[in-house]
Amino acid sequence: MSHLLQFFILIPSVGFLISLFLPRKKEAILSGVTLGTVGIQLVGIVLFIAWWLMNGFPTLDIKQIVLYKSPEFEFFIDFYFDKITAVFAFVGAVLTFLVAVFSRYYMHREDGFKRYFCALLLFYVGYNLIVFAGNFETLFSGWEILGITSFLLIAFYRDRYLPVKNGFKVLSFYRLGDICLILAMWMSHHLWHRNITFAEWGEMAAVQELFQQHYAPAMFITVAILIAAIIKSAQLPFSTWLPRAMEGPTTSSAIFYGSLSVHIGVFLLLRTYPFWGHEWIIKTIILATGLATSLVATGIARVQSSVKTQIAYASIAQIGLMFIEVALGFHVLALIHFAGNAFLRTYQLLVSPSVLNYLVHDMVFHFKPRPANEPNPRLQKIKHALYILSIKEFNFDFLLHRYFWSPFKWIGNRMAFFNSRWGFVFWMLVLVSGVTGFLLRENLGVNLFNALPILFAVLSLVMVLKGFSERGDARRAWIMAFSSQFMTAIAILLNKDIKWLEVALYLGGSMSAAIVGYLCLRKIKSIEGDISLEHYHGHIYEQRGLALVFLLSCLGLSGFPITPTFIGIDLMFTHVHKGQIFMALMMALNFLFLELTLLRIYARIFMGQHKKAYHPIAFKSS
Amino acid sequence: MKKTYSNDNNSVNEVMLADFASEELISVQMPLFDEHHVLHELKHYLPAQSAIKDFIHHNSLHAYQHLKFYEAIFKASKIFGYQVTLQLQEFRQLYQNGRISEPVLERVIRDKKGAGQVALWKAKLISKQYDTSNTPRIGMLRANWKSRFNIDLDERVQPLLFRVLCSYLDQGISLWQFPTGNKGFLPALRALESNGFTSFFKTKRAKNLLLHGNCDISHLLKMVVGDEAWYEQYLYDQQFSHQGWSGIVSAVEDKPEALFDTRKISLHDLIVFELLLEIDTLEYYFGNGWEPLCSRVDTPPVHLFAAVPSTELQEVFTLWQDAFEWSYYDDVLAGIEMGAKNRQQAPVKKSFQAIFCIDERECSLRRHIEQVDPNCETLGAPGFFGVEFYFLPENGKFQEKLCPAPVTPKYLIKEFGANEKRKHELLYTRHTHTLLPGFISILTLGFLAGARIFLNLFRPKMSPAISNAFAHMNPRATFTIENQGPDDRENGLQIGFTVAEMATRVETQLRGMGLISNFAPIVYVLAHGSSSANNPHHSAHDCGACSGRPGSVNARVFAFMANHSKVREILHKKGIEIPFETQFVGGLHDTAADEIGYFDEHLLRAENMPLHFANKTAFEEALDRNAKERSRRFASINTKMHIKKIRKAIKDRSVSLFEPRPELGHGTNTLCIVGRRNLTKGLFLDRRAFLNSYNYQTDLEGALLLNVMRPLGIVCGGINLEYYFSRVDNYKLGAGTKLPHNVMGLFGVANSSDGDLRPGLPVQMIEVHDPVRLLIIVEHFPEVVLKTIQSVPELYEWFINEWVHIAAIHPENKQVFYFKEGNFTQYVPLKQQIAPAQDFHQLIETATEMETNHITDATRENLPVFILN
Repeated sequence: MSHLLQFFILIPSVGFLISLFLPRKKEAILSGVTLGTVGIQLVGIVLFIAWWLMNGFPTLDIKQIVLYKSPEFEFFIDFYFDKITAVFAFVGAVLTFLVAVFSRYYMHREDGFKRYFCALLLFYVGYNLIVFAGNFETLFSGWEILGITSFLLIAFYRDRYLPVKNGFKVLSFYRLGDICLILAMWMSHHLWHRNITFAEWGEMAAVQELFQQHYAPAMFITVAILIAAIIKSAQLPFSTWLPRAMEGPTTSSAIFYGSLSVHIGVFLLLRTYPFWGHEWIIKTIILATGLATSLVATGIARVQSSVKTQIAYASIAQIGLMFIEVALGFHVLALIHFAGNAFLRTYQLLVSPSVLNYLVHDMVFHFKPRPANEPNPRLQKIKHALYILSIKEFNFDFLLHRYFWSPFKWIGNRMAFFNSRWGFVFWMLVLVSGVTGFLLRENLGVNLFNALPILFAVLSLVMVLKGFSERGDARRAWIMAFSSQFMTAIAILLNKDIKWLEVALYLGGSMSAAIVGYLCLRKIKSIEGDISLEHYHGHIYEQRGLALVFLLSCLGLSGFPITPTFIGIDLMFTHVHKGQIFMALMMALNFLFLELTLLRIYARIFMGQHKKAYHPIAFKSS
Repeated sequence: MKKTYSNDNNSVNEVMLADFASEELISVQMPLFDEHHVLHELKHYLPAQSAIKDFIHHNSLHAYQHLKFYEAIFKASKIFGYQVTLQLQEFRQLYQNGRISEPVLERVIRDKKGAGQVALWKAKLISKQYDTSNTPRIGMLRANWKSRFNIDLDERVQPLLFRVLCSYLDQGISLWQFPTGNKGFLPALRALESNGFTSFFKTKRAKNLLLHGNCDISHLLKMVVGDEAWYEQYLYDQQFSHQGWSGIVSAVEDKPEALFDTRKISLHDLIVFELLLEIDTLEYYFGNGWEPLCSRVDTPPVHLFAAVPSTELQEVFTLWQDAFEWSYYDDVLAGIEMGAKNRQQAPVKKSFQAIFCIDERECSLRRHIEQVDPNCETLGAPGFFGVEFYFLPENGKFQEKLCPAPVTPKYLIKEFGANEKRKHELLYTRHTHTLLPGFISILTLGFLAGARIFLNLFRPKMSPAISNAFAHMNPRATFTIENQGPDDRENGLQIGFTVAEMATRVETQLRGMGLISNFAPIVYVLAHGSSSANNPHHSAHDCGACSGRPGSVNARVFAFMANHSKVREILHKKGIEIPFETQFVGGLHDTAADEIGYFDEHLLRAENMPLHFANKTAFEEALDRNAKERSRRFASINTKMHIKKIRKAIKDRSVSLFEPRPELGHGTNTLCIVGRRNLTKGLFLDRRAFLNSYNYQTDLEGALLLNVMRPLGIVCGGINLEYYFSRVDNYKLGAGTKLPHNVMGLFGVANSSDGDLRPGLPVQMIEVHDPVRLLIIVEHFPEVVLKTIQSVPELYEWFINEWVHIAAIHPENKQVFYFKEGNFTQYVPLKQQIAPAQDFHQLIETATEMETNHITDATRENLPVFILN
């Protein structure tokens, strides 16, 4: 029975691969392939669930493919099926199918018809990878796919400024969630000394015992998972990305941010509940987060004056309730709540344009002039204060920007020195000394030797940050980003005995991606002259093909599951010791800013308003 | 032989130009900042679109209408960065694939440049390389914030600004309304800000300025800009960085009643708040003691309104645009000239008459009903049928204006006696946006919603959430059409019309159309409206002559008046003899669903009833054919299906949530024909012509013509130019694609949560449109037409400044006279032969469908002129 699970990943993957090779203008074929794919999947899931129910709904688990194996490390894809998977897979299939039918007409003649359906299918692959995942590695690959398709669909109208800006904003939140998962994976490798599957958590007593024995690492894992869930489900303090994600076609907003994507945080909590379900501190944190979010988001929802943001905040508030339900152990209720919320929000978003007619008509017959002011002046003051706070979304966006993102930018900006010739010499010296250090590792003092990896990890992060805040030539940012990966490799080499093969796996994928990406930048520079990152250039208007190649190299370099680097990143982390939390953190931040740096280059060079104004161009504010 | 009709009219033109010149000089040379003047001018340039629930088409560049068309658009383009014609490359492709005809192009060049220049200019048009990129002047001054101060002020100010504006103006989306919204905008902000705990501002300075300080615009500008010489330009830069929001504020300031829940806001208030937010941001980032903008600007940018130099490229565009327009006009004029000579006289005895709106969407339905029943007669008149009033629906709290937007009626018509409760849509309940009731409703309604999506995808049907043209009034209700005496008034309006007032309106209307004899037993008065689902722009599809609403009430009111025995007595005295047997019947044509509903059928006399039933059958057949003709442009419908199936598919479109094109509105409108039906009967004009009935024989002196012509500029010209500009620059002058639209406060749409409002038309409405100006064709003697259009300066402006073309058809010899630079001169069409159309069904079934909505593909869908047999 369990070997059927792979087909639920295979079907959408095949559909996606086919869709890539279809001609852009053949709408009927493109939407037909999508409908066929999702339709088959829907029927398959319904039949499978029926069969599974008749067999007494057992929990299924299968170790599918081993992608890399060494004595101490094994990277494999694992699938899993239980009632949580059943509900999420079913709701996902139904909604994706309905939205695909809807889009078939809705998207007619839209520029980017193909892009839309390809992204929808890729999203669906990622979604199924997550809900069928039997271990963190599988889940994480789906998680990354979800992130990147979100970015592509939010920035669907890539010739306008706001979708690109907001797409990037959402990506940066998602990526923050990604590194939390990476850290959780890292620590769990050390906790179990191997890659754990979710099925193994079924033995409650053993898990509980382990948790108590290794309390600190276990809590570390749990908190990392929790943050990832909070971000993905737009809970406090990371709520502000959701309303800003409503930039793409209404249909994609409906399926991503109305229904499926936004509930993945809830899924993650449900999935990992066996691990932390007995720990009251974690439960209290989740309860508090859920409660605070539902109250604050309800307040913000009440003052929203645009339809889509209203739905977004109302949905966030309900997801807060789901967090509470999960923490309290009402999992069936949480699943029903999820399904209901997903259906309702999808519907509300799909019909959101009709609200104008409905409510205006309603006003004609039921309008009541606003009530008189609050008689109690003190209460009125409090109400006014709350109103302003709600309009400003409780300042969360501002605070996150100021206290989280800005410090990193500040560090990057301080590194202007490295733009000079001496900066280059400095990096060369660092590289040489790193390699020398590695070769002479026998002769170095223990203390010095232990400090070196951390030093290199920090330097590597600084390099990425330099690339991230680069405002000048895009190639410089690109080189910075890639060099930092060398630096990371050196840090790991210095840290622990590591096989050359593993380093090759890690650098091999990214090296080729880096070269291709660099050539793309060189080409665009030779055509257009200016590739500074100070402005958006929108070159995709003329350079569609080049943009695609460049996007792929960005993804390859950042460890998206299309090159071996994806496994390599995981491998690198296994060579960080359990006690080196600081080093792990440095590397995690490195991967966070690496992807952001690369996609920032992509966004600025290829997306946004086109620089050449010989054709109509959108206003920046539109 | 070339004849010329001319009056001494140049004076008007010169005065206007002189006026403009002096205005320009003042704004360039006067250094001092005159706030009142600047704000007044600024409002003039901002988009004039008001709340979207009443979509009123207008010239998107109305601020330039006192200039010649080409001069105006190139000026607007240089100043504000709009694309104002098709792109050069697109014109060249149109020429290559034959859509712009070579002889027409040569003729256009010859007329403008002289016969010797044809080869030279043709080469320039077709192959010379030009740098077509356009760097606008707007925004250059404020761009210094980013280049000199390294701060993106807009990005930091706009999201909050838009949010506060939208919340203040919100009509009913938010559950918690702006707490102090009953005050004016700035007082409301002050009241909110004085709560002592929280603030919209980050710094004390801005807050104190708002609460206690000097909020004069010039005072604030002193802090932000510094140099008074640049205040004006700064304000233009600032307000045009979000022209959508500024536009709606300006529109609401001028007409507060555009919002049901009225708001006291002004552009002045918006500017003050925006400047305060800017001060706040600058103070926050640069700390105390920051310098104003001008402190770091050493080379000031070009003045916004400095003269725009003319270029060769502009001339190239001018010639291309003319050639593009005349490639179609020439066919039409040739068709009319040829067709009119051969056409037979219509039969004397009419089976019925039907008065439609002049709307070009009725052009095809009229053609079909005439083919189904060759003995009928169709007429066209603006769809409010000459009766102007406010309408108060039963249990309604607001009056709706049912006449063209510029008219202010003095009458009120109330609906009563139907007592029907408006149905609710369960899923639209606001409880879903709250916490605990939301929780309950999700567990119940959530699954209903899933089922609903499924049903609407596979079985679309009408629901209370869909804008239903037939629901505008209740056909079973009664209206207060007849005034009961001098005291019968409400809200300062007279309830209903007196008999004399009714008679005047009926007479004017009938005489204008030339319908003063030969009445058939039944005269239908068919208004139109449009049903559509999930469409914030639904009112743009309704009747423009009824302020963007269905005209059903007007049709019913007019039929009542024309049936009124006392009215008929008065008409009899004035020489209009309506036979006793003749009855008027009101009705409504739903242009999206292709359905007709008839009102007060029970009032028909027994002998008219069977006639009515026969006519209804004829209308049904015509509607089938009309649906088929429309279906050729819809990808989801196969035109070769059985005609009844097509009709069903068309109807389903109008109630389908997933259909962003329930109908195509006024797309392709190009012509406006004022004359007898015989002028165009039998010509296939592909739903591109507004048809206004007018019989020169009943009005030889042209006394009635002015009344007929007066609304054409503002209504038809407005529609045409809005489509034109939304087509050529859908990003800046149109609303962009509909798909990401987010409804803001029930008065507009934006692309996202933090975006600017998007006035103009969405891409789904304009993609079939060929951006050409309107050509009005009047059947009358050229000198009469000239005298008529010159008699009212506002009307004349449309023609003398070339925003709308006008031609006269000599009613006796059918020759064409084209109005140019103040004179009518004879125009001899180049086209010698107009192809006869094959069978209608074949024509529709074999018509090409556009491959993409790029103009060079899209225009292939628009069929040439045919003569129907």
